[in-house]
Amino acid sequence: MKGFGREVMNVPGCEQLEHCIQCGTCSGVCPLSIYMDFSPRQIMAMVRSDFKREVLSSRTIWLCASCYACTVECPRQIRITDIMYELKQRAIQEGFYPKGFSIPVLAREFVNMSRNFGRITESLLVMKLMLKTNPFGAFGMWKLGLGLMRTGRFSMMPESIKGQKDLKKMMETVDQISMDKLRKQTENKVAEQK
Amino acid sequence: MKFSYFPGCSLRGTGRAYEESLLPVMKALGVELQEIEDWNCCGATAYMAVDEVKACVMASRDLALAEKMGNDEVLTPCSACYLVLNKAKHYIEDAPEVSEVVHKSLSTVGLKLTGKVQVRHPLDIIVNKIGLDEVKKRVKRPLTGLKVAPYYGCQIIRPYCTFDDQADPKTMDRLLEALGATVVKFPLKTKCCGGSLTGTLPQVGLRLAYIILKEAKKRQADVISTVCSLCLFNLDSYHDKISSRWEPVAVPTVFFTQLMGLAFGIPEDQLGLNRNILPFRLKELASAR
Repeated sequence: MKGFGREVMNVPGCEQLEHCIQCGTCSGVCPLSIYMDFSPRQIMAMVRSDFKREVLSSRTIWLCASCYACTVECPRQIRITDIMYELKQRAIQEGFYPKGFSIPVLAREFVNMSRNFGRITESLLVMKLMLKTNPFGAFGMWKLGLGLMRTGRFSMMPESIKGQKDLKKMMETVDQISMDKLRKQTENKVAEQK
Repeated sequence: MKFSYFPGCSLRGTGRAYEESLLPVMKALGVELQEIEDWNCCGATAYMAVDEVKACVMASRDLALAEKMGNDEVLTPCSACYLVLNKAKHYIEDAPEVSEVVHKSLSTVGLKLTGKVQVRHPLDIIVNKIGLDEVKKRVKRPLTGLKVAPYYGCQIIRPYCTFDDQADPKTMDRLLEALGATVVKFPLKTKCCGGSLTGTLPQVGLRLAYIILKEAKKRQADVISTVCSLCLFNLDSYHDKISSRWEPVAVPTVFFTQLMGLAFGIPEDQLGLNRNILPFRLKELASAR
């Protein structure tokens, strides 16, 4: 059996989705479900039924703040938070995420900063995010910025590690491994067709 | 007692009061913390959303560096670091495809990971390993009469709750009582503070912070005690916005280590108490009573 739902349920950690009984406990305990376009329960059903486009372009997956309330309450031990992570990754890979939505932008900027410097400088990260998503909204933050400066918590100098090269090398190894895997898969497919 | 120490980015940024109070408190308890040399960002929740395998690789460098130091346990105060390092450990142990990538990339920089190092939160170590008797011995100025709302947040409790009850954690309650404080009943102790949504979608994130502050006020808490730098940031930094959008809920928030420091008689200015936007002043509270 193929399809989007099957693909997701084959990912380690997402297998239990198959046993969802649609009880709605996840939606009930989720502190953010009132803001979601589809409740977590609906997302679970939609993934299983291959509603790929609707799921990957939903706001729901980005609103999940990783509080894990659903995951620990689910009577079927479905790791809903981890499924949301899996869906976020797929939305980024396939370019599906809602335009002008700041949450995936933060995720991307966070990854760039931690990969390039090895550490996160929160004040710089937030400034970058504001410039990219809401440059006018940045003015509304002046008071908080001043407060952070007054309390010695606002830094303009990026923190970094000595082992930046090591980190880069490790990430390149990961890329290399996934490239090799992809090549092997394609070769196998071609061989099958022959 | 000796531990490897992973501070995490936040404790060098907006949450530096956490480290400023943690270090003297651990010293007073006779604990030696050896910082992991050249540690990197754990990846936090954001990296997991972009690439789970790479997030595990990031975290694995820290775990491997910690192993090299020879201590059995890593102490990490930030909730996100605590969860991510533990989660990476689980993934590396349980998922062969992740483990393969992690070990290969570690070997390219001459690092090794056997998985023998445990990652623990200071709350767990202080209460369950050092013990409340040792804590009580060091209390010089008990926090008598101080009403504290114990706030645990999400990520040290869920999904891995290794040292407490998931529905109603009590570790911090017991610690605060050992310091002489009065712990108020706080049913929202494990509800979400809004996480990074306060920055990305303020209308959504701030409401979650407001709900927690409102409950603390309703329970007549003098102060909220937290274990996480992002929780403190969210509960402390947006009082002006929360009060203009909903109502004033001016309950200050501090790290549990700051309350420990105060009870141990460590001077206020050595505990990072000047770093709050909404300040917590124990003396004023005492004289008002």
